[in-house]
Formats: sequence, C-alpha cells, structure tokens
Amino acid sequence: MTPAVLAPSGLTSEPALGRAWWAVKDTLVLAKRSIARIAREPEQLMDVTIQPVIFILLFAYVFGSAIRLPGGGSYHQYLISGMFGMSMAGTASGTAVGLCADMSTGLIDRFRALPISRAAMLAGRALSDLATQALGVLVLVGTGLAIGWRIEAGVGRALVAVVLSLLFALAMTWIGACAGMVLRSPEAAQALGFVFFLPLTFCSNAFVPTQGMPPVLRAFADWNPLSALAAACRNLFGGPNPASAVQAWPMQHPEVAALAWSIGLIAIFAPLAIALYQRKVLR
Amino acid sequence: MTSAPAIEARGLRKAFGKTQALDGLDLQVAAGEILGLLGPNGAGKTTTVRVLTTLLRPDRGSATVAGHDVVADAGKVRRVIGLTGQYAALDESLTGRANLVMVGQLGRLSLRQARTRAAELLEQFELTDAADRGVKTYSGGMRRRLDLAASLVTRPQVLFLDEPTTGLDPGSRIVTWDAVRSLAADGTTVLLTTQHLDEADQLADRIAVVDHGTVIADGTSAQLKAKIGGERVVLTVAGPSALPAALQVLTRHADGPATGDEATRIAQAPVTSAARRLPEIVRELDAAGVVLDDLFIRHPSLDDVFLTLTGHVTAAAADTESEQP
Repeated sequence: MTPAVLAPSGLTSEPALGRAWWAVKDTLVLAKRSIARIAREPEQLMDVTIQPVIFILLFAYVFGSAIRLPGGGSYHQYLISGMFGMSMAGTASGTAVGLCADMSTGLIDRFRALPISRAAMLAGRALSDLATQALGVLVLVGTGLAIGWRIEAGVGRALVAVVLSLLFALAMTWIGACAGMVLRSPEAAQALGFVFFLPLTFCSNAFVPTQGMPPVLRAFADWNPLSALAAACRNLFGGPNPASAVQAWPMQHPEVAALAWSIGLIAIFAPLAIALYQRKVLR
Repeated sequence: MTSAPAIEARGLRKAFGKTQALDGLDLQVAAGEILGLLGPNGAGKTTTVRVLTTLLRPDRGSATVAGHDVVADAGKVRRVIGLTGQYAALDESLTGRANLVMVGQLGRLSLRQARTRAAELLEQFELTDAADRGVKTYSGGMRRRLDLAASLVTRPQVLFLDEPTTGLDPGSRIVTWDAVRSLAADGTTVLLTTQHLDEADQLADRIAVVDHGTVIADGTSAQLKAKIGGERVVLTVAGPSALPAALQVLTRHADGPATGDEATRIAQAPVTSAARRLPEIVRELDAAGVVLDDLFIRHPSLDDVFLTLTGHVTAAAADTESEQP
C-alpha cells in the first residue's frame, strides 16, 4: 500500500484526550480562517465598527435629547451600557449569516471529507465572532469616551463588565449557529437580525428605562436577557441604573442574571447547534 | 493489507425521494489502481463518490475504503482519502496558499509541514505566481487546479476525483492528467468519474460503466472494446469505378458483409487480426489494379462501447445527478 509519508500512521481509535486535543486544534485553525477572511475583507467588520457608532450618535443626540431618566443622571452614561447589550446580541445574526454561507458552498464538503472534529466548524466560527466582538468592545469604549461616558466604578469592575458581555456574546453566537443550521440562505439569516434581534433589543432597557412601558411589555423587557446585561454593565461601569428600582428579580441581581442567562443559553444552544449540524451534514 | 482492495462497495443503494440514485452498486478497486467510473449524467457517479467519501450514508449495502467502513469508521476513512468534487471546494476570500495550508492543518499536518506541502503543490500546479492572491481573482482553470491540489495536501492513499477536468482548458487538463498519472505511479489509488470517454481511455487502468445506479460493464478499455466487436478495414478508392473490385477483395478477408459507398468512395469490412492481414489485402488490391487514396484500420472507440451498452450517448435524464446534494 501507499507509503503515506505525512499521513498519520496506525489508525487506531483515538483516546478521548487525543480527540479533545484535535478538536481544539481544528477549532483554532477554523477560527484563524474566519479572521483571515475578515483581514482580506474588512467591510465584514461594519457590524461591530460603523454600525454601533451610528447608533450611539443617533441615540445620544437625536432620541437622547428627549429622554429623561427616572432618578436623573446622564443619558450618555446610560446609553453605552445599552449599546453593550445591543452589540453583543447582534453577534447572533453575524454567526448565522456566516455559517449559512459556509454551508451553502462546496467548501463544506471539503471540510467534511477531512478528519475534523464535528463541533470544530461551529466552535471555530463562535471563536472568531468572539474575537470580532472584542474589537466591537473597543469601538464602544472609544466612542463612549468621546461622547462623555466614563468608567466611574473602577477599572476592575469595568473589566468584569467586559468579560460578562463577551460571555453573553458567546451565548448569542450559539443561538446564531442554530439559526444558521436551520435557515436555507444567508439572506434569510440576515433578515433574522431585523425580525428577531432588533425588536428584542428595543423591548429591553437598552435605550429607555422600562418604567414607562405598558405592563405586559414591561414584564417582558424586565426579564429580557439583554436588559440583565445592560443593567449589569450599568452597575459595573457606574452611573445611573434606573432598573435598580424595578422589583423583577433579574433587575435586582443583574450581574447574576446575566451570568445565568449566558451559561443557560450556551448549555441549551451549543449542543443543539452541534446536533443540527450533524443532522444537516449526514443525509 | 496489500491484497485487500483499496475500495470495495457491495450492493450500495441510495434513493433521493423517488429517484433511485444507486441501485445495488458493486465496485472493487485494487490498491494503486486508477478506476474510471464512466456514465452519463444521473447515472449515480457522484452519489457513489459521496458515499465512498463519507459525505452520504447509503440506504443499504456497505463499503470500505482502505479497509475502513465508510459508515462505522468514517473518521478513519477521512484520514486516508482526498476528494475533489465537481464544484471547487475552496474559500474564495482566502489566498490560494492559505487554502492549502488550512486544509493541511485540518488534515493533521503541523503548520510547518502544511506550509512546505502547500509550496510544493503550488509549484506543481503552476500556481506559484498567483499563490498569494485571493482565490476570487482566479480563472476557472486555476480554481480547479487549486482544488485538486487541496485534495492532495495530506498525500491521501485513496483519491476521489469527481469529473476533475470538466470545464478545464486543454492546458489545465494536461496538468491534471499528469498529476493523476504521477500519483498512481507513486502507489495512490484513484477513483475518477468522467463523462469523457477519451479521459477514461487515457487515464484509467480499468473502467466501470455505470448507468441507472449499477455497474453495467467492467474491464480494461481493450476488454470493453472487444466486447462490442473487432476492428474494421476502411479504404477510400481513387475513382468510383474501382469500388466493386475493392469490395471483392475485402469480402475474401471479411468476417461480415463488406459495404461500399459510391459517393464517398469508401469501402469497409470487419476483419479479424486486421493488421496481420493488411499486407495481403494490399497486394490483392494492387493486383486488381485498385488505386487507393486512403487506407486504415478502425478500432472501436469507447463511444461505440458506451452507445452499445447504455443505448444512449449523453444524458437522457439530463443533470438529475448534479442537482442532488
């Protein structure tokens, strides 16, 4: 038989530890691929660069001029934490579009004929979207500082807010991964951002306090995971947090709620995404 | 291991809705052999490749590649195969080099090994100048060459090529053929599908003709040709008046009826061992005073084989196969 010079020898079943090692390596290679794509096509970064800046300017100077926070305080200081919520939730549609596009090209066949860990394709994407979102955090912080937002509760607590935000973004990428496996075209995945994530963002305390909302909407907004993250960020960055006056449990414990939401969503949607991927590729 | 077939399929069946893409397909390919899978669109060639490369589960039947079951041991199969599908499986946004390095790393080479191997293949496939450009800018021929290179990065024991030269310019086709030949010379087993009979004739040690999801004939190109009849002696006389004399001579040596056509001045007849009898035929024609414009022995082409076996030249069920996932 062939002298397979570079091929691995002795094709015995791999021990679990070996499999895990290769899964991590495959994930890193595929994450590197996504990041290399962005480097060659920087316009892919518009979601985390130009778009948040536009939203911040719109809300700070157009809508914000008419918003008075219950209990007082700077709307600009309030807004940036809400933008953390919006940006992190937006990760989902980017993941959905990217995976949907990958699944619809011949490239997926190449990957599937290689000895790649079955989760690597999705995990690689999640990892690169997380890296993108880390850049998004820098944009938010930079734009925030420019409009008068300040870290008022110490750098340590601010870092906790960033880590919590990125964990939330990771949870959102897995929801996006599920959508990417179910939807048939990248265009449909793109539309999902408008029909699902945009309303989800606005029905929260991201841009306006929930106190003035009608009761049903208010209950939804107070339990919206995005509200938990925004309120947690407001506590951790410092400044006005009108949600602390809201009796709903997540608003009383926003840091714990944001953490619990993130872990819970990952626990549900990561295995689901991998199962959907398996079902999609094995016909 | 040496005597075991590199590819073995037994009774593969696969349906897509009402379409029976594979209908009890059997196949054996020895290690180091090049097998040409020949058939029209919709015959089941692509489905066969997808099952053997673990991309598709068969409904019934089983198959092994390098001794590993394609369903139960799919992971092991993936470690020894290379695949070039009908459509370029490349990342358009990356450079050619980055594509090859990525495939190498996913194929479990170290980064250093993957880089070295990528450089070798870019050289071999005449892509070095374009190596650091985005694949987006590549021509169709360059894409196909890069795609083939990608399937060779891990030096697979068994290589699957699904219509590797479809849409290629003649230059790229020759580069591809040379690559396949040199791989086989190094001991790689190759299964290639093609609709081009000359391609199967040029490359394959053995040809399996597929139609309606089963193998309907199997053998070397010469064996398949022998199956549908022997050689013919074909001659063109200088003037139409010499045609009867020429037919008289041909009839004495023919296994079947000699036929002539006044308009084209061509006379022909089936002759066994035509090359051995040709000197005698020429002497007799000369003695009869027949002047010739042309004379040759016609061997049956694979086109003839294909037509005889399948009853159609190209797809009747046009393109149904290529639409399947």
